Amino acid sequence: MPDVIFKVFRGDTKGGQAVEYPVPIAPGMVVLDAILYIQGHLAPDLAVRWNCKAAKCGSCSAEVNGRPALMCKTRLDALTEGRPITVYPMKTFPVIKDLVCDVSWNYEVNKKIPPYQPAKDGRKIYQEDVDRVQEFRKCIECFLCQDVCHVLREHEKKAEFAGPRLFVRLAGLEMHPNDATNRSEFLKNSSGLGLCNITKCCTEVCPEDIHITDNAIIPLKERVADRFFDPLRWVFRKIFGKK
Amino acid sequence: MNYETHEHDVLIIGAGGAGLRAAVEVSAQGLSVGVVSKSLLGKAHTVMAEGGIAAAMANVDAKDSWQTHFCDTMKGGKFLNNWRMAQLHAQEAPDRIRELEEWGALFDRTPEGEILQRAFGGHTWKRLCHVGDRTGLEMIRTLQDKGVHSGINIYMELTIFRLLKDGDKIAGAIGYWRQTGEFVVFKTKAIVLATGGAGKAYQITSNSWECTGDGHALAYEAGAELIDMEFFQFHPTGMVWPPGVKGLLVTEGVRGEGGLLANNKGERFMKRYDPKMMELSTRDMVARSIYTEVKEGRGSPHGGVFLDISHLPAERVKKKLPSMYHQFKELADVDITREPMEVGPTAHYIMGGVRVDAETGLSTLPGLFACGEVAGGMHGANRLGGNSLSDLLVFGRRAGAGAVEYARKLNSSPTLDTGEVEKAAKDMEAPFLRSSGENPYKIHRELQESMQSLIGIFRTEEDLKKGIGKSEELKHRTEKVAATGDRAYNPGWHLVGDLKSLLIVSDAVARAALTRKESRGAHSRLDYPNLDEKLGKLNVAVAEKNGAMNISTSPVPETPEELKKLLAENT
Repeated sequence: MPDVIFKVFRGDTKGGQAVEYPVPIAPGMVVLDAILYIQGHLAPDLAVRWNCKAAKCGSCSAEVNGRPALMCKTRLDALTEGRPITVYPMKTFPVIKDLVCDVSWNYEVNKKIPPYQPAKDGRKIYQEDVDRVQEFRKCIECFLCQDVCHVLREHEKKAEFAGPRLFVRLAGLEMHPNDATNRSEFLKNSSGLGLCNITKCCTEVCPEDIHITDNAIIPLKERVADRFFDPLRWVFRKIFGKK
Repeated sequence: MNYETHEHDVLIIGAGGAGLRAAVEVSAQGLSVGVVSKSLLGKAHTVMAEGGIAAAMANVDAKDSWQTHFCDTMKGGKFLNNWRMAQLHAQEAPDRIRELEEWGALFDRTPEGEILQRAFGGHTWKRLCHVGDRTGLEMIRTLQDKGVHSGINIYMELTIFRLLKDGDKIAGAIGYWRQTGEFVVFKTKAIVLATGGAGKAYQITSNSWECTGDGHALAYEAGAELIDMEFFQFHPTGMVWPPGVKGLLVTEGVRGEGGLLANNKGERFMKRYDPKMMELSTRDMVARSIYTEVKEGRGSPHGGVFLDISHLPAERVKKKLPSMYHQFKELADVDITREPMEVGPTAHYIMGGVRVDAETGLSTLPGLFACGEVAGGMHGANRLGGNSLSDLLVFGRRAGAGAVEYARKLNSSPTLDTGEVEKAAKDMEAPFLRSSGENPYKIHRELQESMQSLIGIFRTEEDLKKGIGKSEELKHRTEKVAATGDRAYNPGWHLVGDLKSLLIVSDAVARAALTRKESRGAHSRLDYPNLDEKLGKLNVAVAEKNGAMNISTSPVPETPEELKKLLAENT
């Protein structure tokens, strides 16, 4: 089969540009196959993050032909024929080198989330209790939802907005059937949940098909509204002292 | 020479299930702990574990007990296992799982609200706790979140390339930040190796790029002993098509949920190899059977056999095997709810590893501990599916506790030898100082080809000797490779270090395989096709002696009478 031209970003914190590489094509090939071919035959110092090559670890996130995607899951035959394929690092995070960017910010925000605490021992948990949460726990932390979210990508509000990935994590904790931690203050004041205007871009790019906006973010917004802005509940809390 | 220095009571190398569990333990006991990870946190190979974690919780089959789990493990390992490890593992696995649940893990449930368990090869009862087919992800995320909030110091994307000693005991380790290429020295009282496996020695493997036998090589170079290196598990079912995903794991959970194996004549061929257990026979047996079917011309179009789950309702397949459904649909254009998969053996797991004390994970080198896949002994000649995830938790915790106990007893802090540090750093820098040399990727490809064709599922003396010759040649060529570009995030340079580790592991596998003149578990010799009673009582050990690889044998630890009785009743 003929070669396809790949235009791959080469550079670092100081800048860089796309470099063209011809890659022989095999049936069923994905973008990561091409990148690893380039690394193995043409440019041994080409930096790329990848681990499992099976869409389970979420390491090989990049922007392929301008679209955020996992390289291990992006088939070449699904991309438009007859023009070079461009591969760039995620735009929302600072570039370290070539296709590798600095995603450490996500880990820092994660540390601030009040952790899980079990309510009581020996409690039975039924499948219907966990179905909803298991959706959130499918997240492989590829950070594509963070990459595509305009609050982070265009408005650069990393200081005040946790982003879709961490809302998914928060939803997983909040809806956990045996969790006893109160995260109301964090949700209202620290997470930046209010900045999300539910454009659903995150949901569209999620390789795990998590309904981020509908199932995680909107219910969290409703919790905050109920907790802080529902006058009946406010009175109820004042009288009975419940959280 | 410039380098930064960090000091911890215990340093853990590897941030998969075993490393994180060990770190949580060290931290819980109040010592300072550093965890070094080659990749980002949460990306370790544990994340790829699919089918489940084995523990005799008896939630589904009430008759299950640690005794049966112990017997299944010993039988699966062809009685070469360290009996004490197999016993501790069977006894403690249920508590380790309940503990995970207490930390927030959510397994699939039974109608009674308990953790659901599924059938798996070699297990007498339904024993595998699971979350669909993404059990490893659930485990690693739970441990990651637990660890982050337990005051563990995590060093992400940092590669350790040598252990440092003070006399005959551990004193630290040296590595480099992948992001900058800058050297980092760790001063520590004890080290826990939790570096996982070495599947990248083979062309067709289910393993991620990280599985390059780092811990095996670090331990070997520091003078510790490895055992059972001849036992490399080929998982029976990896994808065979398209070429880019060849080797990618197809979980045993498919067979656990009722998947059937057939050859191109539509025959359920397992009836000729293991009529009793059929598809749920042990992995060594199923892998050999598939290999034989293909070799004798009864394979599928792309050189595998058929694995079919389409007789189950489509909704059940999607619910219980969601990753498999998506993996085949997206990567191979196969809808597994309607048509069979094509599968074949793939290098998956190394049973051999650092020789450790069953209770503490201590190696033969003072201050060096090992747990998880890098440790040897627990699984004997063949590992049962599901026993790896439980191994990580049981022995991760034990190695962490062992390291704490050792560090506390140490009279004085070990001192680092700066000469040793500088020599290690210079060796690592060497590929940049050569103006020309081979591309390390080419050497890696040749090693993988050689291991695949010469030291695979079936072995002969002639092939093993050829393989040893080839790795000798590759070792010399690796000493002369050049790295291009600069030190920042340079995968070619990184591979030079990986190659050194892979070559040590490959050599150990081949030499141990040459020594074991019998067929047992995952080790099949065409020239010695039968079990040998005498060899069944011996472990093959590998250690460095005067700069060369030395092979010896030592007796398998004698199983006590009451457990022998138990085994006799159950096998």
